[in-house]
Amino acid sequence: MTAEPMKSDLGLYDYLPWPNRPKIVWPDNKKIAVWIAPNIEFYEYNPPNNPTRTPWARPNPDVLQYSHRDYGNRAGWQRMMAAMDRAGFRGSVSLNVALCDHHPEIIKACADRGWEFFSHGIYNTRYVYNLDIEQEREMIRDAFDTVRQHTGQELAGWLSPALSNNFWTMDILSEAGIQYTCDMFHDDQPMPVKVKSGKLISMPYSLEMNDVIVYNTQKVTPRHYGEMIKRQFDQLYKEGDESGTVMCIPLHPYLVGQPHRIDAFAEAIEYIAGHDGVWQTTGREIAAAYHASGAYDAMNAAMAAHNAGKEAR
Amino acid sequence: MSMPDDYLKYPQRHYGMDHDRYGWSDLFERPPIAWPGGARIALSIVTHVQHFPLDMPSKPFKAPGALSMPYPDFRYYTNRDYGNRVGIFRILKLLGEKSVKASFAINGIIAARYPALVKAVLQGGHEVVAHGLDMGKVHHSGLSEDQENAIISEALSLLRQATGQKVDGWLSPGRAQGFNTPDLLAANGVTYSLDWANDDLPYEMRTKNGPLIAMPMAYETDDRVVADEYFQSEAEWAQQVKDRFDVLYRESADYGGRIMSLPIHTWVSGMPYRIEYLREVLDYILSHDGVWNASATEICAAFRQVDPSA
Repeated sequence: MTAEPMKSDLGLYDYLPWPNRPKIVWPDNKKIAVWIAPNIEFYEYNPPNNPTRTPWARPNPDVLQYSHRDYGNRAGWQRMMAAMDRAGFRGSVSLNVALCDHHPEIIKACADRGWEFFSHGIYNTRYVYNLDIEQEREMIRDAFDTVRQHTGQELAGWLSPALSNNFWTMDILSEAGIQYTCDMFHDDQPMPVKVKSGKLISMPYSLEMNDVIVYNTQKVTPRHYGEMIKRQFDQLYKEGDESGTVMCIPLHPYLVGQPHRIDAFAEAIEYIAGHDGVWQTTGREIAAAYHASGAYDAMNAAMAAHNAGKEAR
Repeated sequence: MSMPDDYLKYPQRHYGMDHDRYGWSDLFERPPIAWPGGARIALSIVTHVQHFPLDMPSKPFKAPGALSMPYPDFRYYTNRDYGNRVGIFRILKLLGEKSVKASFAINGIIAARYPALVKAVLQGGHEVVAHGLDMGKVHHSGLSEDQENAIISEALSLLRQATGQKVDGWLSPGRAQGFNTPDLLAANGVTYSLDWANDDLPYEMRTKNGPLIAMPMAYETDDRVVADEYFQSEAEWAQQVKDRFDVLYRESADYGGRIMSLPIHTWVSGMPYRIEYLREVLDYILSHDGVWNASATEICAAFRQVDPSA
């Protein structure tokens, strides 16, 4: 938190209307990059309070909610992983990195499959709210070190723990070497983020496809979630004829890995995998292709031209 | 403003869980369980029987289903009580027609208020599980050990006296516990609790007073959760219950016996427009070979026989 006044807009990205953008070309001319981001999380039994957000609705220990989350790490993750294996999807894991310490078995199963790990903070019950900038840098360092030590991977992506952010967060993520953020939902294509250093991009991640939003906020039935995934895909696949699109399915094994939910999800991702123009990929690979294909520079140039044109009018 | 440095220190960051109640264990890596008669699925029906006092406190939190209108809230007090007067008898009749038995998780105070209800449950051949004292008495860490122990022991003693059953199963109101609850339950002769929602099979919890079995009970296919938290229709509830059964049944072929838990409420599934959906769900499950319907106590006992760690 800061003593600085709140702003109406942080100016993290420039406006760029959807028509007439530079064309994105994915590897092998695939129409759409589809990536699946399981949030493999650890929620603490007795977490400290944060003045901005209390971790649990009930006083600690909130055993019902705690145990519901824990279901993902005892049972749900295996069902989710089996469904992804069958459809040929690797995961890009949105990881509470303390899980490396608590459940190395889960980390190993993901690593053995060539899944990517990106960071979702240390625990989902530790927010960046009210941290000063040095404390938040310390959290980022911890995430880099932990993932490197346990998996050998260098972090490329970031989703802030419980989507908590400060106004400086994007600057210090990019400064630390993060290549893509999942915290912004303003586009169906990766877009440059204006940060003080580095070439950070926002990666389409999606609230609307996120099972926690779907099941818990929108109160959608499991079978209807399967339909939503397929319709979202159909439209983005069609639009991918013109320029490469991205579709993300963010998951939580404690939700989608429940017995009454797994089959509708599994059917939906097998449907996606059955299309020729699909690039089944990871967040890291999309970011790399975005830069390598020149899309990052082209989008920046298009935004600059759009801004200049606006001033000329 | 900044947070104290402690906020970035994690004393419980180590292998396994961040508490001592149980160790981590992967559902799909455990030795397979064989249910009696070679059954694939143990069907555990848990009927919630609840009393919501008109003067129930709102602090520190209310159990789900709690009264929410200004005092005196006739609306929800009587709607919930409908389950005790009418809904439960509709459910008992259906269970009788299907020849299935259930565990009735009953607030202890009901034994004092409605002995005829308890008698009808016993006459139906069902077992009684303690569901705390009443829905206003939630368990939480703000209670002293003595206060919480008094609630537990009163609930158990009311139900044990009224039923003559051992009553060693427990379901907390709102599935809420404090730090001490498992220790106190074990001290009061409770063998298993249905509160924790982290597994599809039983596992053993450690307490200061010996082991306590955590019995699985579905959270998100509970009839009240689907109706009152997700606002989904009774047909959508039935579909999800059947989908849940299908996956557990399929898994039992490769991973050993599973438990299909069916949590219902007298004031939800006991409504006239809902009862036939409960019938549909029971008919569907019972149409499969290898379904063993049993009380939670019998399933817990069978688990303890086959699980060397329990």
